[in-house]
Amino acid sequence: MMSDQKFILQSSPHFKHKDSVPKIMYVVILSLMPAVAASFYFFRLRALLLYALSLAACLLTEALFLKLRKKPMDSIWDGSAVITGLLLAMTLPPSLAPEMVVIGGVVAIALGKQVFGGLGDNIFNPALVGRAFLQVAFPVSMTTWIPPVTLQINTATFATPLGNLKFHNALAEGIMSPLREMFWGNTGGCLGETSTIALLLGAAFLLYKKAIDWRIPAGIIGTLTVFTGIFWVLNPERYASPSFHLLAGGLMIGAFFMATDMVTSPITGMGTWIYAVGIGLMIALIRLFGGYPEGVMFSILFMNTFVPLINRSTRPRIFGERRAS
Amino acid sequence: MKVKTFPRGVHPPEYKELTADKPFEALPPPEKVYIPLNQHFGKPADPLVKKGDEVLLGQKIGECSGLFSASVHSSVSGKVLAVGGHPHPSGKPVPTVTIANDGEDRLYPDIKGAADPSSLSPDEIRERVREAGIVGLGGAAFPTAVKLSPPKDKSIDTIILNGCECEPVLTADYRLMLESTDAILQGAELVRKAAGAEKVIIGVEDNKKDVFGLFQEKIQGPETEVVLLKTKYPQGAEKNLIHALLKREVPRGGLPFDVGVVVQNVGTVKAVWDAISRGIPLYERGVTVSGLGVREPKNLIVRIGTPFKTVIEYCGGLIEDASLMIMGGPMMGISQWSPEIPVIKGTSGILAWSLPASVPEFNCIRCGRCVEHCPMGLVPTQLMKYVKNEILSEAEKWGVLDCVECGSCQYSCPAKIPLVHWLRLGKNKIISQKRKKSA
Repeated sequence: MMSDQKFILQSSPHFKHKDSVPKIMYVVILSLMPAVAASFYFFRLRALLLYALSLAACLLTEALFLKLRKKPMDSIWDGSAVITGLLLAMTLPPSLAPEMVVIGGVVAIALGKQVFGGLGDNIFNPALVGRAFLQVAFPVSMTTWIPPVTLQINTATFATPLGNLKFHNALAEGIMSPLREMFWGNTGGCLGETSTIALLLGAAFLLYKKAIDWRIPAGIIGTLTVFTGIFWVLNPERYASPSFHLLAGGLMIGAFFMATDMVTSPITGMGTWIYAVGIGLMIALIRLFGGYPEGVMFSILFMNTFVPLINRSTRPRIFGERRAS
Repeated sequence: MKVKTFPRGVHPPEYKELTADKPFEALPPPEKVYIPLNQHFGKPADPLVKKGDEVLLGQKIGECSGLFSASVHSSVSGKVLAVGGHPHPSGKPVPTVTIANDGEDRLYPDIKGAADPSSLSPDEIRERVREAGIVGLGGAAFPTAVKLSPPKDKSIDTIILNGCECEPVLTADYRLMLESTDAILQGAELVRKAAGAEKVIIGVEDNKKDVFGLFQEKIQGPETEVVLLKTKYPQGAEKNLIHALLKREVPRGGLPFDVGVVVQNVGTVKAVWDAISRGIPLYERGVTVSGLGVREPKNLIVRIGTPFKTVIEYCGGLIEDASLMIMGGPMMGISQWSPEIPVIKGTSGILAWSLPASVPEFNCIRCGRCVEHCPMGLVPTQLMKYVKNEILSEAEKWGVLDCVECGSCQYSCPAKIPLVHWLRLGKNKIISQKRKKSA
């Protein structure tokens, strides 16, 4: 009987870990759900509109490119385009016009990912490429904010906590946003970035599932804390506290969900630290001394650029290797 | 108690419970054995018999041809049917002696043990080990006598006995350590003497605490020590094992000799003891027959040259949809296509599995898990890209030749990229380029 049996020839190892690319992607999607839920709570139908348009634009662009490049259609469901769609929407002002959201989605997938060769070959975080494009193309719309429906406030002069800090002299005027509100997310900002608690819930899940490298958020948050902390200790009347900086703007979503994108972050241990500290430093510099109130997007894109170089110059020590000291 | 270990590595599922409680059974010798003349690292042995010759159990049928070679012995008594090519676990046909078993197991008369093994000189021990055709039984099948002859300029201070059995599924070394503890300790003493070492350290993974206790109980004298190691793959890889136990790093491209160490598998030193105390050459070995594709997993003592088919049928056969047959462990074993393949000296296991539907391969998403787990500190995904794009000089600079093919990278790769295959290809290409240059 055995003689009729056919056997597969394959190279070792014959055991494989059960984790796979789509599984990792779906863990990331799940981890975004608390923050997505928070954005629905704070921005209601605007959230629905942004998510629907961004996801549709990303998935359709992905499908179009897969067809043009004659790639298997089912890789549209590998989860990566869904993540880009979600993250893009989460980093847009809730009041953004529908056509701009669509343009952002198309650019994110087309210029952020597919022109490089698709998943795995892109240099920049696709969602941030889409966002950066919109920031340059529609600077006013991208910096016009509406308050969450849960906040009773004069909408004409509404700004984000970081905008208040940079442009409205919030520290001196005593109009700093309360940290507690920023923690829960009851404040102005991009659709999915405002609720720190919701983002942290998702981040805990990501860390538990080992779907992100803990060193990236640790490096970014640590560096930002130390840098802003030094200035705050030296001159608390002029500089905001580190806790404000951690809760404000896109820091949490950037540190846990965008800088951690596997494709666009380094693969070596040492490289990962350099990348993370670099992002933290850039954010601090832009926020404290730059012309923009916020710097998370530019900092991540900036460090993305260096990832191939960082990888090449941080080769780990090979076992048994003696390096010239 | 603190267990020792090496950095990185992986934790594949073990499946050792399938056979851990199954004591060795002797598989009845088959009607015909197929004994390849090349079962070891190095040159094939020269045949000493021809078609029609009568041979006895334990009689030498292949003479070791040079330093890196090993003699081959008959595993049955009977008549030589053929000397010629036959399928071999390595994939290519190899000159093989086919013997019809007369079922009488008539022992070759010259076989006798040393009257007093402890009085033998290092040269006498080496000579007997060489005569018995002993090779490393962990799987690599490196001629043992060579390992016991360190170059003049290297002195050996420590013998490491590898009792890790870090490959999942396999339990033959575990059973051997339980059932032949004394023989292993006595064999180790001879090996220590032959290599001129001061110490013997036995490394055992902490999933085999009973073996650890047994060794502790039976060890006499201060020269020998048993150490518990973390259960982690590849704990038993030579260089990582030395590092875990002694914190010494074998230099790149070097051998354990370079740090004063010789590593021997526990089965090998047991074979050394059998060869010296009783004169028995290496004509049988312990084999784990297991995996979810085998109906009745067992640990068997199998005569060299027994076809896989005979071994598997003794274990109730395979389940119907078994689609993968492996010689060795699931991490480094070689997949086999034919049930006619014979058991050789390096066959630590015969495993069968029914593979899940093939999983699609994805682009590398640069998750870095291969880097995180490589026990040699390599960057497998980068090496894969260099090899794919034929940038071999960079691949070499980034250490492709240091790859031990343990498979930790590919095991942990979520994109299911055959990294080991690419790295192996790179190694082969670089080595053949070098050969051409020096030729």
